[in-house]
Amino acid sequence: MGEMQELSTFWFVTVAAVKVVAVFTVVMGVVAYMTLAERRVSAFIQDRLGPNRVGPFGLLQPIADGIKNIIKEETMPGTAAKFYFVLGPALAIMPAVVTIAVIPFAAPLPTPVGTVDMVVADVPIGILYILALSSLAVYGIVLSGWASNNKYAFLGGLRASAQMISYEVALGLSVIAVLLLVGNVTLTETVWKQQQLGMWFVFPLSLAFVFFLISALAETNRLPFDMPEAESELITGYHTEYSAMKFSMFFIAEYAHVVTASALLATLFFGGWDIPFWTGDDMFRHESGWIRGFDEAGAPIPATPSVLITLLTLGAFCAKTGFFLLLYIWIRWTLPRFRYDQVMHLGWKVLLPGALGYVMLVAGTMLVLDQLEVPFGPVYGGVLTAVSGVTTLAFLLFVDRDRVIAGAHRKRNLARRRAGLPAEAGDPAVSS
Amino acid sequence: MAISVKVMRRPEAGRTSYMRATLKGMSLTFKHLVRPTKVTLEYPEEQPDLHPRWRGTHRMEVHADGRPKCVACGLCPTVCPANCIRLTGGEDDQGNRYPIVYEIDEFRCIFCGMCQEVCPVEAIHVGQHFENAEYARDRFVYDLDRLMEQDHAVTLLWDPSDPRSE
Repeated sequence: MGEMQELSTFWFVTVAAVKVVAVFTVVMGVVAYMTLAERRVSAFIQDRLGPNRVGPFGLLQPIADGIKNIIKEETMPGTAAKFYFVLGPALAIMPAVVTIAVIPFAAPLPTPVGTVDMVVADVPIGILYILALSSLAVYGIVLSGWASNNKYAFLGGLRASAQMISYEVALGLSVIAVLLLVGNVTLTETVWKQQQLGMWFVFPLSLAFVFFLISALAETNRLPFDMPEAESELITGYHTEYSAMKFSMFFIAEYAHVVTASALLATLFFGGWDIPFWTGDDMFRHESGWIRGFDEAGAPIPATPSVLITLLTLGAFCAKTGFFLLLYIWIRWTLPRFRYDQVMHLGWKVLLPGALGYVMLVAGTMLVLDQLEVPFGPVYGGVLTAVSGVTTLAFLLFVDRDRVIAGAHRKRNLARRRAGLPAEAGDPAVSS
Repeated sequence: MAISVKVMRRPEAGRTSYMRATLKGMSLTFKHLVRPTKVTLEYPEEQPDLHPRWRGTHRMEVHADGRPKCVACGLCPTVCPANCIRLTGGEDDQGNRYPIVYEIDEFRCIFCGMCQEVCPVEAIHVGQHFENAEYARDRFVYDLDRLMEQDHAVTLLWDPSDPRSE
């Protein structure tokens, strides 16, 4: 076995269409139930029960919400730029749902017509495609904010553009560390390399994971980075003027982004569909067949795709993605919103230099390891884990020095203290 | 400094933390997430425990033979601060006074309970009841028959020797 049975053109197109429909349906379903999960988890965190009336445990609530949003009246502000006002939600939702296409969600599935990759489109540009499309999401927000002709909506759009562009930099830089280790940009190979290394990239690239997690929170405009919405400051920011299904579109887009970001976190740092401590599921397309790895002599060991492995790996992928979805909700209902200057400070002065330095560190460590001809395996990963672990600890201690959340008053007082002056009056916390 | 500038009081260095505070907060929210006791009262199925001195919709006490205990003395319309009680008294052939008309406008009522306090024969009471929604406004004027039909528990009067009802 191990011989690859290629799909004929007809079957390739058919299978691709089926995958597109299936993945889109599943993502939309997850998005719908994310709204329910968000409401129920937030309720439980606040010692409430949340919506539990529509269907058993409130499971039909998203359907009721959907029907309500469709039959509600849509308003169109008289002074809005109508074309862009309608275009906004469409632009917001499009990149959110197409980015999931390149994420592999299970091991290859053997079918009578050939072995099917469990990824909608295994494009060779993988991560670059995701970075390119997720950057487009900001256009929907900025356009809808501007087209609403409302100062709060406009401010929200403006903040979104500043924030998303700032954090895109840190996001891209943290991905570069992964790209260095993988040596390719396709996500199928990212999963394969993690199986090869024998450990998930969260260990050898722990700091990149921290950066990616923070940047992904900011990119999806979720609390504590929901500057574009900021209910208490900007009403609801860019979607203030939207109603009914157009309003719903922004929410679908936000949750679709969360799903994509969670799937991406799972794929880049938690082995994708890989099942830990088991090499039986390792599988990669190598030359003319599926391989599990290479033996001592460097000859490929063939692998046999099976339905069972596909299902198991699908389960592993769903579990990992589900964990990050829960983490997103959990963080949202724990942390308060950053101040705008804190967001910018964290993005430009902490994450950007940190990620840059970390890329250099990873590249340097890998250069040393390659020079010493350490094989790509546990030792290689172990050294990187040690280096990254120390760096991550140092970084966490650095941000723990209250740099990011200290206000102007404290800085002023610190300056006064250095100058040998007493602290400003009226602040017991400082003067004590 | 301009007088309108508010100086935010922020903790000193070393007292705030970014990571530790985040992790602390996450663990706190997680504890609440898994905590089985919730404060939500699932209302129509679960009823709230009303305080013994809760003052709600009125109720007229009746004698064993079904006559209202009210003797139409006129004290409750006199004492009512919202002026929501309409009473016309009458007298039967044995000389017993009884209400011909006794109406309480529950919209005007402020549920102070003074009618119950003032009643010499313990006829009119405010009750431990709050589910009094209606489809029409005129249904909120309770007449004598309606007041006698009510069967909810009545409010406990305030006892000066036990001010907290213990």
